[in-house]
Amino acid sequence: MRQTEIIMGMPITIEIIDKVPRAIVADLFSFFRGVDRRFSPYKDDSELAKINQGLPQAKWSKEMKQVMRLSEQTKQITHGYFDINRGGKLDPSGLVKGWSIAQAAQRLKRRGLENFYIDAGGDIQAEGHAAKGEVWSVGIRNPFKIDEIVKVLNISGKGVATSGAYIRGEHVYDPLNNYASPQGVASITVISNDIFDADRFATAAYAMGRQGINLIRQLPGFEAYQINSDGKAIYTPGFEAYVA
Amino acid sequence: MKKTILGFAVLGVYGIYSIGVRHQHPTIAPPSSLQGTKLNSTLAKTSSSAGGSGSSGSSAPPSKPKGIYRDGTYTGSVANAYYGNVQTAVTIRGGRIVDVKFLQYPNSHSTSVYINEQAMPYLKQETIQAQNSNVQIITGATFTSEAFIQSLQSALAKA
Repeated sequence: MRQTEIIMGMPITIEIIDKVPRAIVADLFSFFRGVDRRFSPYKDDSELAKINQGLPQAKWSKEMKQVMRLSEQTKQITHGYFDINRGGKLDPSGLVKGWSIAQAAQRLKRRGLENFYIDAGGDIQAEGHAAKGEVWSVGIRNPFKIDEIVKVLNISGKGVATSGAYIRGEHVYDPLNNYASPQGVASITVISNDIFDADRFATAAYAMGRQGINLIRQLPGFEAYQINSDGKAIYTPGFEAYVA
Repeated sequence: MKKTILGFAVLGVYGIYSIGVRHQHPTIAPPSSLQGTKLNSTLAKTSSSAGGSGSSGSSAPPSKPKGIYRDGTYTGSVANAYYGNVQTAVTIRGGRIVDVKFLQYPNSHSTSVYINEQAMPYLKQETIQAQNSNVQIITGATFTSEAFIQSLQSALAKA
């Protein structure tokens, strides 16, 4: 069963190969809607908005405390390249997506499900196998041409996340340099056991510019494919094992 | 537990890494406008998807067909792009979008240090090439474009 809904401003797709009652999928989507209600920087009545209006820490939800703790930890690990503080306001959006996919995947695993994927806006946790018993095939989108795939990966039991620049026509808009730059990075795709880790480190690596791949290379169990804005890709040696 | 161990491993590795790399934090200037021709298709796609469940947060996306916007320049709301804030201004002429400018674009930590090939003997390089697109799932960047689209939609809602 496969279903897509737009939540948090992005398509979220859940496909489960094992036979499951519809209610399980509905339950996951309602979980994502709850995450949106709690963590949305755009909703005035979200818990995050209330925190930025001064809600004391003692009144924060368990989920909020966990996300804030993980954000702080990620900031330390990445020497500040990952930072949720913007002009005095907290916004953990850069971590919440991966965190919520990981949480949703855990829910399915706890029910004994083994073959499924969850895709939220291009960040993916894929488990087990697809409909015909094959591993999941995941395409890396060409950051220069939105309808093109530049790499096909075989993924099972892994998280895959891509962080990148704004795409427009043939040009990559590079936030690090503010123009389509031959020295910038168009996108970096990170593979890890867990989408939470893949997502937060893809985000941090992207913020580092061309050095980003250097960070991923040195994380045990992580692989990455970095597409620079000159159309050249740099990748970790272990990445090749996932290429279809 | 596994995550904690990994966390410490990562911390250690990163510590070693950071000794070898010099970080620079230049500030970037506001960008000039973006040029391009694919805007209408981008917008059309966004409007239909963001209208799906209406849970994306900010103002409702414009559902006007292209060509009926009033002429003028409209400034969108400031939207968060994780790396910083994005704010756009859209110029309409003859009912059509003729320009989109970034009034704000993220200032972020960045580094202009080139990859030192000698320090990274294990990285490989290739030129990207289109592949058979018959895949089940697609990974790609969404973050900054979401904020861009959000600001742009709020600008268009005024037009």
